[in-house]
Amino acid sequence: MKDADGNAVNLADYRGKVVLVNFWATWCGPCEAEIPWFIEFEKKYKDQGFAVLGVSMDDDGWKSVRPYIASHKINYRIMIGSEVVSQQFGEIESLPTSFVLDREGRIAANHVGLVDKVDYQNEIVKLLQDPKSIAIHDAGTGVLAGLTGASVRAGQRP
Amino acid sequence: MIAKPGAAVDSVLPLDLRPGYHVNSNAPSDEYLIPLRLSWNPGPLEATGFAFPQPRMEKYSFSEKPLSVFTGDFQIVTHFKASANAAAGPATLTGKLRYQACNNSMCLPPKTLDVSLQVEIVK
Repeated sequence: MKDADGNAVNLADYRGKVVLVNFWATWCGPCEAEIPWFIEFEKKYKDQGFAVLGVSMDDDGWKSVRPYIASHKINYRIMIGSEVVSQQFGEIESLPTSFVLDREGRIAANHVGLVDKVDYQNEIVKLLQDPKSIAIHDAGTGVLAGLTGASVRAGQRP
Repeated sequence: MIAKPGAAVDSVLPLDLRPGYHVNSNAPSDEYLIPLRLSWNPGPLEATGFAFPQPRMEKYSFSEKPLSVFTGDFQIVTHFKASANAAAGPATLTGKLRYQACNNSMCLPPKTLDVSLQVEIVK
């Protein structure tokens, strides 16, 4: 994918950063509601190793998206999505859909539909401040290990 | 539908939206929103106009301003005029309905549905 300036965007280049990948479209009202939050997050947390990447699912691509970026003063990178990109994220069926990636590039959270701004903010701040513990929890290993341990102990009881 | 060559006739397209969902009206409140559109391909009848219901101005949690939308059951009327030299007999008129639906927190991609109308031209 390329951004509005024609520069190639590769998620691998964001390894080491917390990234919010937001699938959106200019025709999507709930998406528009989130944009000011993402502009704020980009400003506030950029220097701490955070970035927002917007993936537009507009059929007519830059024709609609470029003026929208200007009118909404979007300060983060925007790309034009495709069916292939949608499938790479598990088939995007409705908008907005967002993924919060930890510094290792793993999906730490995902949201379908409009959620509270504070939910995003809490996830971003936690990942920025304590990336290791969040990554382990969201990979499922922490939670599953705890449950397995309890089961083994119960089984060993005389 | 039965039509005589040169006559004006109306057809009704009933629509039923899933509860909790809305589609933008034919005249949305924002330039970026996708309007409800019905179009018909050339055939023995020519569409001369459409009658949409009065849209509802609904306020949603994601929008500061009310939006011009349709919800629930509604219908679109197409005003047709049969061609003066339309051949007698049955015909199928085809068209497209384009819409984009959302609920209070998310939107579905725009869709285009095929629509058709059976017509009998009688002299």
